[in-house]
Amino acid sequence: MTPAIALQLCLLFGSASLMSIGGGNSVVPEIELQAVDMYHWLTRGQFADLFALAQAAPGPSILIVTLVGYSAAGVVGAVLATVAMVLPAAALVLVFARVWERVHMSPWRSAFEHGLAPIAVGLIAASGIIVARGADHTLAQYVLTALSTVVFCTTKVQPLVVVGLAGLAGWLGLV
Amino acid sequence: MSETARVPLWRIALSFNQIALASFGGGLSAWSRQMVVEQRRWMSDEEFLSAMTVCRVLPGANQVNLAVFVGARLRGVPGAIVATTGLLAAPIVIVLVLGALYIAHRNDASVQAVLRGMTAAAVALSLSMAYRTGRTCLHSPVAWALFAAALLASAVVRLPLLIVLLVLAPLAMWWAWPRRRQAAS
Repeated sequence: MTPAIALQLCLLFGSASLMSIGGGNSVVPEIELQAVDMYHWLTRGQFADLFALAQAAPGPSILIVTLVGYSAAGVVGAVLATVAMVLPAAALVLVFARVWERVHMSPWRSAFEHGLAPIAVGLIAASGIIVARGADHTLAQYVLTALSTVVFCTTKVQPLVVVGLAGLAGWLGLV
Repeated sequence: MSETARVPLWRIALSFNQIALASFGGGLSAWSRQMVVEQRRWMSDEEFLSAMTVCRVLPGANQVNLAVFVGARLRGVPGAIVATTGLLAAPIVIVLVLGALYIAHRNDASVQAVLRGMTAAAVALSLSMAYRTGRTCLHSPVAWALFAAALLASAVVRLPLLIVLLVLAPLAMWWAWPRRRQAAS
């Protein structure tokens, strides 16, 4: 890994860490924009594939970061990207864990919490749209996406089961 | 809460490792609650809910934030480090194995076929997450406008996130300022 790539990974994921309002999924559009269009570590289609793998794996919603780091600079890049994504947000948690009671009633906290929520939802929906476009979704894939969305929204089926069945549908040539 | 005075670091790491592995296929926050509140009794239900709120409000993946919060509560910064490492180590190894297999075989027709299906479901997972969180916060025209602006700016116009947030976040906070909300309702 060159020092330049190390710096790029730290800058991209360090800033994504602080901008990931509402959880890791809200920065997926930004990560895709930079990793594909700015640094050319991978193609749009590969990003979509890795996103699907990260969603299927156990663990928190930031594993796409690990895979983008891996694409850029192997295992060392993967670890560096993940650490860069975790550290800044973790530092904020450490600070706020201490002062939380004091900011409990602050208008800033309430405005932050309620104001940013709709923006976070918009960014999470955007991540879905971007991955669908990156994977050059066919009509059959859009139908499968619509069906799976209804299943996720209306049932409590484990996500992995649906992702696995969808993979099977792909293997059988249905999408 | 007497025995929380000095929980061994290895126990914190192992507990979060178990949470990560149990969550194969989803449900990470349910497993976190199960471990932290019921199995280990490190926090009461109320403390856990309050911690979850902090972790959702702050930037960062919610479950990683929760590991940092619980780890720090138990053993300070070293506790936060082992909790986060425990939560992430196994998933990182698993996802790297998947990633390496993918890179070796991504041109195989059968791998591409499986991924076409999986991508469709992964997109659905994002959309359903947007639906679930949206249902709880999209209750007014302004909230819908903020949602639509963020969606269009990042998915269609492809603006950098920093610019999107610098424009939308102050507007959103001004709109959501408590006195204004009360006056409006």
